[in-house]
Amino acid sequence: MIGARRTPAPAGIRMLVVVAVALVALAVLPFLLPTYQVSVATQILIFAVLAMSIDVLAGYAGRTSLCHGAIFGASTYVVLYGSSVAGLPVLTAMVLGVLAATVLSTLFGVLAVRTSGVYFLLLTLALGLIVWGICLRWTAVTGGENGLRGQLQVGALAQPRALYLAVLAGSAFLSFGMWRFVQSPFGLTLRGIKDSESRMRSLGYNVPLHLVIAFTVSGFFAGTAGAMYAIFNNFVSPSTVQLSQSVAGLLMAIVGGIGTLFGSVVGAFLIIALEQAVSLYTERWLMVLGAMFVLIMIFAPEGVVGKARALISRNAERRVGQ
Amino acid sequence: MMDRRQFLKTTAGVTAVSAVGAPPIVKAQGSGSIRIGLLAPLTGVVASGGREMVDGFTMFWEQQGEAIAGRKVEIVTEDDASNPDTALQKARRLVEQANVHFLCGDLLANTGLAVANYVKGNGVPYFIPIIAADDLTQRARIPNVIRIAGYSASQTTHPLGDWAWKQGFKKIATVSQDYTFGHEQCGGLAQVFSENGGKVTQQLWHPLNTADFSPYLGQIANAGVDAVFTMQTGADGTRFIQQWANFGLKGRIPLMGSMNCTDQSVIRTMGAEPEGIVTPAHFAEGSDNPATQKFVKDYEAKFSKTPSLYGFSMYSGAMWIAKALEKVRGEAENRAAFLEAVRTTELTDSPLGTAIRLDAYGNPIYDIMIRKVVKRADGKFWNVPTETYSGVSQFWKYEPETYMKQPPYSRTYQGIKS
Repeated sequence: MIGARRTPAPAGIRMLVVVAVALVALAVLPFLLPTYQVSVATQILIFAVLAMSIDVLAGYAGRTSLCHGAIFGASTYVVLYGSSVAGLPVLTAMVLGVLAATVLSTLFGVLAVRTSGVYFLLLTLALGLIVWGICLRWTAVTGGENGLRGQLQVGALAQPRALYLAVLAGSAFLSFGMWRFVQSPFGLTLRGIKDSESRMRSLGYNVPLHLVIAFTVSGFFAGTAGAMYAIFNNFVSPSTVQLSQSVAGLLMAIVGGIGTLFGSVVGAFLIIALEQAVSLYTERWLMVLGAMFVLIMIFAPEGVVGKARALISRNAERRVGQ
Repeated sequence: MMDRRQFLKTTAGVTAVSAVGAPPIVKAQGSGSIRIGLLAPLTGVVASGGREMVDGFTMFWEQQGEAIAGRKVEIVTEDDASNPDTALQKARRLVEQANVHFLCGDLLANTGLAVANYVKGNGVPYFIPIIAADDLTQRARIPNVIRIAGYSASQTTHPLGDWAWKQGFKKIATVSQDYTFGHEQCGGLAQVFSENGGKVTQQLWHPLNTADFSPYLGQIANAGVDAVFTMQTGADGTRFIQQWANFGLKGRIPLMGSMNCTDQSVIRTMGAEPEGIVTPAHFAEGSDNPATQKFVKDYEAKFSKTPSLYGFSMYSGAMWIAKALEKVRGEAENRAAFLEAVRTTELTDSPLGTAIRLDAYGNPIYDIMIRKVVKRADGKFWNVPTETYSGVSQFWKYEPETYMKQPPYSRTYQGIKS
């Protein structure tokens, strides 16, 4: 927290400038890349939002969820069903998808928040598997293992670059929302719960209620990512709600650094970009990814961003010491 | 405060890296070559079938000298990981990054449907010698998706329903994998058999990757049926056939299967358990047709195993593509002409030894053989044809438009006439 001691005004301005530069750079990016890389970049942004939503819960409330992939995918299912089966406008379908994900996560939150640690992990895993089971077996609605297909990239969104820019705007807005959420007094309370539930309870906080709200908010963000994914992919099948989707999101958050929020963006980038690059050369790319996880867990268990942050603050301390 | 600044630095870093370090682009070796995007599951649950797909496909192009109509042919292979999302992503990469002229492949129906939905939007030709989902060439057909050298799921089981009735079976039970491919294959048999007058007394559905079939076998053993039909693929097929024999049902109740059930990919690792199972298919490795035998010998010499349906279909699919490319003098760029050539090509020298052509909906018309698993001279088992239904289309004897008005086969709709 050394940075916080500095004079706020110049830091604030400097930060605004950096945000602006980063956003402009990200906005220019699609015009420098071929369309396939643009679609990969779009995917990175969407998964970054999913990973961040997991980090909101894991990093700030100390609850590691294994059902966020299912919440994400439930939204994708609703959007595709709404637009290609029920014939709703895409935007309405997206709103319904996010709504469905939010309701689902409230329900899951109510069931799950009384547990913590391994029990929370297992309970959310089971809840996610229920969603997967329903998507797989309720063939009349979900299309079974064949899934649902549609053409959701209407109008300008049919252009990969326009789609990327829309997703960039959406995910920048959502990231800001999540950042505000974790920085708010409510977010501080969550951190308090993460550190010691009993202390927060004795201070008079309603811990389960806070956790249910946190779970719902986090599910809402996962749902928005899922709705964007529906537009991006035009297709959904049970593989979108299966466990590996939740695990992928969690791994992105871990690789970037749990509790760093924006580390998830780095995690999503590293995992998806590496997968793309390595799979060009070998079909055994999962082994390379596995090796990367092992190395990260050994040398930077706090994640890439967490490690970088620790190194920077150590340097700063050394400088102060001199 | 720290958090914010850190994020910004990181974001800037990521942006810089992603701009510079974009994954390398697969460059075509010469602008003159025809680039084919081959999609196959090289990892995941059906990886062994995927390997045989690649083997069959590349075997043809090697024999062909990797060139057609004076142009070099370059095959870019991608692993769809038996996952529809991956398949979609890889199809995108092949089209947008590797700039292939057309796509071919995929094994699981959901991977094929995902890719078909993608090419529906951009018109890239997509050939599916393995994807059997009925509706891709029926109710939900897409002009640029053509099932060259493939078959639709219920195409081969329709004649089996007819055959079963003619054997004098009055009551049958079915055991199938509980997913669309199973529903469709089972439905084809159930509809024709029941319309002839037979009774389907019991339909059991089990999840994919069932380890223990005893609950199902127990029910069947006491059902008092004349015969049993089972639809299986992959390891489920191996387990079902083994347990069928272990429970002493082999030889007691006649067993019919879907073609994948006794495909070489299933029975080549087994002993005598599959002997006598009857299955319908357009390809039989044990056929005495010289063209088939030449293909089987060549394939066995190259890969030291008897060809499966996967190897055969992809080999014939490659041949079909080559014929069509020859017709348009190698101009794969001219999609409309190329697709028209594919549609009108009649394949006469395929390993089947009989001429194959497409119906008006993009699905081949075959002579469907009723095959029986028998032991061959060297002790291995293979499928030998015993009877042939000539000129069977995906619509059997129904009028296509009327047929497509009935709902697609599903767990709840099996076309059974009571």
